[in-house]
Amino acid sequence: MQNNNNKLIDKFTRDEYKYGFYTDIQTDTASKGLSEDTVRFIWAKKKEPDFMLDFRLKAFRHWQKMKEPTWAHIKYNPIDYQDMIYYAAPRKKPQYENLDQVDPELLETFNKLGIPLEEQKQLAGIAVDAVMDSVSITTTYKKKLAEKGIIFSSFSEALQNHPELVREHIASVVPYTDNFFAALNSAVFSDGSFVYIPKGVKCPIELSTYFRINAANTGQFERTLIVAGEDSYVSYLEGCTAPMRSENQLHAAVVEIIAQKNAEVKYSTVQNWWPGDKKGKGGVFNFVTKRGICKGDNAKISWTQVETGSAITWKYPSLILKGNNTTGEFFSVAVTNNMQQADTGTKMIHLGKNSRSTIISKGISAGNSNNSYRGLVKMSKEAANSRNFSQCDSLLLGNRSGAHTFPYIDVQNKSSVAEHEATTSKISEDQLFYCLQRGIDMENAIGLIVNGYAKDVLNKLPMEFAVEAQNLLSVSLEGSVG
Amino acid sequence: MLSIKNLKVSIEDKLILKGLNLEVKEGEIHAIMGPNGTGKSTLAWVIAGRNDFTVEQGEVTYMGKNLLDIPPEARSKEGIFLGFQYPVEIPGVSMTNFMRTAINEKRKHLDLKPLSGAEFLKLMEEKKKLVKIQSKLTDRSVNEGFSGGEKKKNEIFQMALLEPKLAILDETDSGLDIDALKVVANGVNMLRRKDNATIIITHYQRLLDYIIPDFVHVLFDGMIVKSGGKELAFELEEKGYEWIKNKSE
Ligand SMILES: Nc1ncnc2c1ncn2[C@@H]1O[C@H](COP(=O)(O)OP(=O)(O)OP(=O)(O)O)[C@@H](O)[C@H]1O
Ligand SMILES: [Mg+2]
Repeated sequence: MQNNNNKLIDKFTRDEYKYGFYTDIQTDTASKGLSEDTVRFIWAKKKEPDFMLDFRLKAFRHWQKMKEPTWAHIKYNPIDYQDMIYYAAPRKKPQYENLDQVDPELLETFNKLGIPLEEQKQLAGIAVDAVMDSVSITTTYKKKLAEKGIIFSSFSEALQNHPELVREHIASVVPYTDNFFAALNSAVFSDGSFVYIPKGVKCPIELSTYFRINAANTGQFERTLIVAGEDSYVSYLEGCTAPMRSENQLHAAVVEIIAQKNAEVKYSTVQNWWPGDKKGKGGVFNFVTKRGICKGDNAKISWTQVETGSAITWKYPSLILKGNNTTGEFFSVAVTNNMQQADTGTKMIHLGKNSRSTIISKGISAGNSNNSYRGLVKMSKEAANSRNFSQCDSLLLGNRSGAHTFPYIDVQNKSSVAEHEATTSKISEDQLFYCLQRGIDMENAIGLIVNGYAKDVLNKLPMEFAVEAQNLLSVSLEGSVG
Repeated sequence: MLSIKNLKVSIEDKLILKGLNLEVKEGEIHAIMGPNGTGKSTLAWVIAGRNDFTVEQGEVTYMGKNLLDIPPEARSKEGIFLGFQYPVEIPGVSMTNFMRTAINEKRKHLDLKPLSGAEFLKLMEEKKKLVKIQSKLTDRSVNEGFSGGEKKKNEIFQMALLEPKLAILDETDSGLDIDALKVVANGVNMLRRKDNATIIITHYQRLLDYIIPDFVHVLFDGMIVKSGGKELAFELEEKGYEWIKNKSE
């Protein structure tokens, strides 16, 4: 069996990145490097309101004083921040009315990616705000959503049409001082998505945004802001793939979620950026800051993520449970293979009474990869009667990959309880042989077993996404074995 | 159908099968008995294609082909089924999903269209009735939390779904209460056809009250040292393996 395993591991390592294609769209780019001028250039290009220049410059000046964090269990060559381009936009200005007016090459790209911009998908109830190279191209369903007072648009549009709303909430959950990458993002972010759900409104469809890095040597700095008013509900999906390329690409996104009293926000991601080749060359560096706040009583926010891509993932979608009786959830599947490195997890900060949080993390490591879970559960003195349950499982495929768990628990009051469970397992040869004996080949067997292992998380995804994610897990681990 | 000649098999440099011969023809039921650790499961695994064993010598022919050249999943699709002595648990993978994958892989191999979800569920209901398995079991993950007896019944259920040409049941009767034993025996008898064969590995003569074997073999120290009819099982039950041991020395 061992021989066979090795063969399959080798085959797996040779597999091409499924979405590795490149679209040549002429771009309108900033010159290389980062200075106050770059920040002003971006601000001017985007015709943003004045307060944004102030915000960006403050962030930039702060960032200059900061050091890149080194505490994560990841290794990479130093990033040269002056050797990057911080702004790129498709040259042909898109028209937003309908798909016929969109660059056909772009549509082709979307089709290859399987992005559901077509009629059928719209009928299936998905509004897609597709972001390509920092500028939002197409927004659908806007009218229907507008009738309910829902705003779902690119960040740029939001800055034009609802500057006061943005101003009120931007950086209120992730201040630009928060960390190195958040400061960088605040200074140079080019676009992203903005969602506003008014009081009492249940968003009738899943809001979906696809991101894609597409210009060589361009850092991708996306910013998402979701504001859910009192008694509102929204489910938001974000998924992405990136084209194959050899140089590293920095991706430092910021996502902020605000849930007011009784509001519920579900945020689901499938992340499938280009992971680099089998030797670890190329691939996206994904340094993401995601944080939500359950501001009012009874608010609820769930993060569900399926992370299969990127050379490096540094990502801790976190929640501040400020209101009483608030609920926070984090469901994660992180797959690493070849030379990929992931350091991911969550922080649950309990401030309100009777707040509840659940963490389910499923790490899967294959090849020479490293996969770490890093989590913090903190319950303040005021957060009486709060509960946390954490389940952090690791599954190893092969003998060369690593899995690590770094759980930090800090309970500062007597009535609260944090429970942590962790397991590490391997796909056993007995399990594989059992499948083989039933006529299921090695790749299918691994697909079945891995999906079974990750089921508790995959089940949390919206139907539409769950199927995609299942396929993605199987594809990501093709040929890989225990 | 299956012809094994002078088979020598080792694991980690330890010779387990030491020149084993066995001929199985279509329509036959063979019982293999023998003391613990003599290589019964090893034989079953080698036929099924587990590759942590090294075949040192000998040949295994199945349906006219060199079986040892065929990868394990292809052997399954060509009709070889192993009922495991210790069926393994696969958490999170539903029996339905597992068996539907298995059936459709086999159908692909046979150039048949895959069964739709509905067609598969219908087939599953039929087979459940045939082998009298409780419907609850198939809603659960593969063998997860199944009792010992339930696991064994589940093997028979899978056999019923896959309709093998050659089934090897490795101590499928161990640890079964009398009703479960009847379920297993009934399954084997229901699935018996002129063109398929069954090898039953067992320690107990009582199973052979329900499944009448054409041949009984005694596997001892890596070889088949005695073969006979159904009576041999009674003789073994009565006299124990010491009797064979003394005779073979
Ligand atoms: N992986 C292994 N490494 C070393 N020895 C092994 C290994 N697997 C099996 N063996 C040995 O091979 C011999 C035959 O084992 P096998 O499981 O075939 O016996 P069996 O006849 O099925 O016994 P039982 O009646 O107890 O099921 C035993 O001595 C066992 O310890
Ligand atoms: Mg045995």
